[in-house]
Amino acid sequence: MEPVNRMRVEFTSLPANVAFARVAAAAFASQLDFTLNDLEEIKVAVSEAVTNAIVHGYENSAGGTVVLAVEIRKNTLKIVVEDTGKGIEDMEKALQPAYSTDPERMGLGFAFMQSFSDSLKVESKPNAGTRVTMTKVCARKASSPAGR
Amino acid sequence: MELQVEIKGGAMLVRLAGEIDLAVADTLRTSLEEELDRNPGVRNIVINLGGVRYIDSSGLGVLLGRYRRISGDGGRMFIVGASPQVRRIVEMSGLLNIMQEFPSEADALNHAG
Repeated sequence: MEPVNRMRVEFTSLPANVAFARVAAAAFASQLDFTLNDLEEIKVAVSEAVTNAIVHGYENSAGGTVVLAVEIRKNTLKIVVEDTGKGIEDMEKALQPAYSTDPERMGLGFAFMQSFSDSLKVESKPNAGTRVTMTKVCARKASSPAGR
Repeated sequence: MELQVEIKGGAMLVRLAGEIDLAVADTLRTSLEEELDRNPGVRNIVINLGGVRYIDSSGLGVLLGRYRRISGDGGRMFIVGASPQVRRIVEMSGLLNIMQEFPSEADALNHAG
């Protein structure tokens, strides 16, 4: 049976932690043979998911907790970003490119996540939270089953 | 993030460096708004992204917001110096459809000043 390599961190919903989350996810992902371009894409996808959790899930309050869980199974990276914030009322609208409730935001978070991953799943319940799951397949095979 | 602003005639030259994400978006927004308030003669903005290592939709939203402010009075925004990775994000966002890109500050200022 193929071993699964996992990491999980939780952090306070502070903007300063967006950079921490993307760097942590990319560092973990680098155990697979992703290209530098792939790692940059992973950073953007994670940043957008964590930014959504902080800005929309917790409405910029520092009182929330964001969970980042990353898993390597064979040559596939799975990233989960989860919050227990206010959730998404209208999923269809939220997933539309350029839709934003804030005029200072571009509404491209989900569009970037979709573009930079091979699959994107968004699960949300109003007043319960949001869970974003993305996967990205590494085209080059890693040198050991759970990573390099 | 590092921010450097120079007023060149009717243009504001903004040199950005570092990582532009949610953590610095408010600071960047406030700084640019204050510069625009202080310099009412500014019509166009040149953004030099040469030192930017990372940008995401939070940073791009700040640029879009300032574009909206100046374009209301007929102003334009120009982009120079983006690395291939940063340029890709800017392009995917659609900002290059409304902002012109130039190979150098001098070229952009020739059009903006």
